[in-house]
Amino acid sequence: MVVAQDHAVPEGRSSSPFWTIARRDSLAGFLFIAPQLVGISIFVLIPLGLVFWYSLHEWNVLANTFTYTGAQNYRMLIEDTNLLEVLGATAVFSSGLVIFNLSLALLLAVLLNQKLAGISIFRTLFFSPVVVSLVAWTIVWGFLLQKNGGINGLLQVFGVEGPNWLREETTAMISVIVVQVFKNVGLNMILFLAALQGVPNELYEAARIDGAPRFKQFRRITLPLISPTILLTSIITIVGSLQVFAQIAVLTQGGPGLSTTVLVYYLYQQAFQFHFFGYGSTLSILLFVIVAVLTFAQWQMRKRIVFYES
Amino acid sequence: MNYHRTIKSAVAAMAIALPLGSSGIAQAQDAVNLRMTIWSANEAHLKLFNEIAAGFSKDHPNVKVTYESLPFDTYTTALTTQIAGGNAPDMAWIFETAAYDFVNSGALYPLTDTLKAAKGYNLEELSATAAERWSKDGKLYAYPFSTSPFAMFVNNDAIKAAGAKTPAELIAAGQWNWDNAIATASTVGQSGKGGLIIRDFNYQIWQNLASVWNGWGASPWSADGKTCTMTEKPMVDALTFIHEAIFKKKAIPGPGENVDFFAGNAAMTITQISRASLLPKDKPFSWDLVPLPKGPAGEYSLIGQAGIGVMQAGKNAKTAAEFIAYMTNPENSAKLSQFFPSARKSLLNADVLKKTNPLLSQEQIDKVVISGIATGNVIPGHTGFAQIQQAVRSGLDAVWRPDADIAGTLQKICGQIGPLLKR
Repeated sequence: MVVAQDHAVPEGRSSSPFWTIARRDSLAGFLFIAPQLVGISIFVLIPLGLVFWYSLHEWNVLANTFTYTGAQNYRMLIEDTNLLEVLGATAVFSSGLVIFNLSLALLLAVLLNQKLAGISIFRTLFFSPVVVSLVAWTIVWGFLLQKNGGINGLLQVFGVEGPNWLREETTAMISVIVVQVFKNVGLNMILFLAALQGVPNELYEAARIDGAPRFKQFRRITLPLISPTILLTSIITIVGSLQVFAQIAVLTQGGPGLSTTVLVYYLYQQAFQFHFFGYGSTLSILLFVIVAVLTFAQWQMRKRIVFYES
Repeated sequence: MNYHRTIKSAVAAMAIALPLGSSGIAQAQDAVNLRMTIWSANEAHLKLFNEIAAGFSKDHPNVKVTYESLPFDTYTTALTTQIAGGNAPDMAWIFETAAYDFVNSGALYPLTDTLKAAKGYNLEELSATAAERWSKDGKLYAYPFSTSPFAMFVNNDAIKAAGAKTPAELIAAGQWNWDNAIATASTVGQSGKGGLIIRDFNYQIWQNLASVWNGWGASPWSADGKTCTMTEKPMVDALTFIHEAIFKKKAIPGPGENVDFFAGNAAMTITQISRASLLPKDKPFSWDLVPLPKGPAGEYSLIGQAGIGVMQAGKNAKTAAEFIAYMTNPENSAKLSQFFPSARKSLLNADVLKKTNPLLSQEQIDKVVISGIATGNVIPGHTGFAQIQQAVRSGLDAVWRPDADIAGTLQKICGQIGPLLKR
């Protein structure tokens, strides 16, 4: 506003100046977001365009050929007999991860939202896996989940013979989900904790005076008031679940069979192991569409499930 | 006047500086930096490679050779990613399983002419069988610098403690066959230690099972590579034998069980002889190295190979080929053979091999190394191997269960890889 006053049009001039307040504000706005726009262009938009371009080609890296094939890779996508199984594994992984992660994060946040001595130690403890190297975390879990590993050793103490966690289809998927949840649940827990601490105490007091039991208070007051955070964490977790790679590569390499071959790992195999960069790019486009549709759907859902959004 | 003097001085300075500058540019253009990707980060290996590079630079002062160690597990992926990114190395080590992909795609610069032209190189003494996978249309596209036989390392202490017969005893009695080898492994396996470890197999790298199924005369595909032969009797019998050894006899650690032979925790392991360097020095055990046991189809051996190729995409392919010729000449091959057994006939004799493999006895060298390299088949490989490997690995997961339908599973695998083999 000060800028506008300094450069106000002097009295007596007939023509209006080019740099109006609105234009100056627009320019300032564009300049502020310019670094971000440059970053998005270089690291998101241009690669996205290139990936689409590659998806229309057959790129043989070793033979150094790059041949335009039109929609052939997209036809291959439809005819790929493994793709349904891969998408199924992706759906199971993502839904399992989101449900388990958000439920556990909310439970931990509620439990840790107490004013007790030493509570910050527990908060730190649950958050600490978030800052541990993902690969190191996964390798350690890989040892624990071996047939003769730590977890089965512990079970044996209680006379239970544990399964071959990473070599059986059901337990392999459960294991990968649990490893991923324990790694990142602390992040969602902190977000929930912050949201819980933002709920005014007066509301609970009023509810208590009205005789509302604890669970009803949680359902009627807490959940609606933290719904924006639930939406945020669910979007972050779903998008993150669709990008899972290191855990699969380290723990199961997509097996047994294709049971833990999620879309990103399948894409990696096609592009970087089998050298089908064109088809790998087509799978990337599919992943992009899935993420975009899910995110759009979640934003639409916010009108129904999110309350008190500022 | 001052102005003119300044102009003159500037012109004179440029007259002197430009030729100097351009000669500097010319020198910079002559400088050649060669990069070789390798999967070893072993200090002793790198020391030897650097010595060889320094020797080459004596005759070619403008050439500098550097080695880039890439992780073993993801080596080929990292290499092809470099190529895709326009950052291809000048030279690269290549796994035997990926040889067909690299040789047939035209990614490699032909080496035959350069090797033949190198003074004292004597290409003719390179074993033809060793060069087969690395050649196309009579031209060698990568030099097989390592031809290493698979053999069985034995922990005699563990076997004797379990009360079983050692392979040496079985060999002396003329009974060194797979049935007796598994009986020994089973006795040790049920005593609490591991029985037989097929090293690096780990229920993923199934091609290493060729060290067993070759004894049945089995092969995953036909000699021309076009037809899946996993449903044929030798393969079904061999995999049934392996399955029983794992799940009934407890002779081979099951899926998800990690046992380290070189830590003294197992009776036997099948691996390449170069792994002798892993034998423990602090807490040594009585060890032996014996040939692979005789199978129903008779005696056999298996070799693993590694080649060095020059990338066509590199900027200095001709100089790189000259470096390969220097690196693998008879003198340097002899040095390399202390780590990587050579396929040169002049180096395949007991005297040379004894010097380069001091841990091995004369008998072990004769029976395991020389015989193995001379008669061994190379580990299975195929064009598009990574995709075939993955399809078979994924399919074989159904075999690694106690209640597996082996014949049915192999039928499914052939259905999956059949079209890939015909490509």
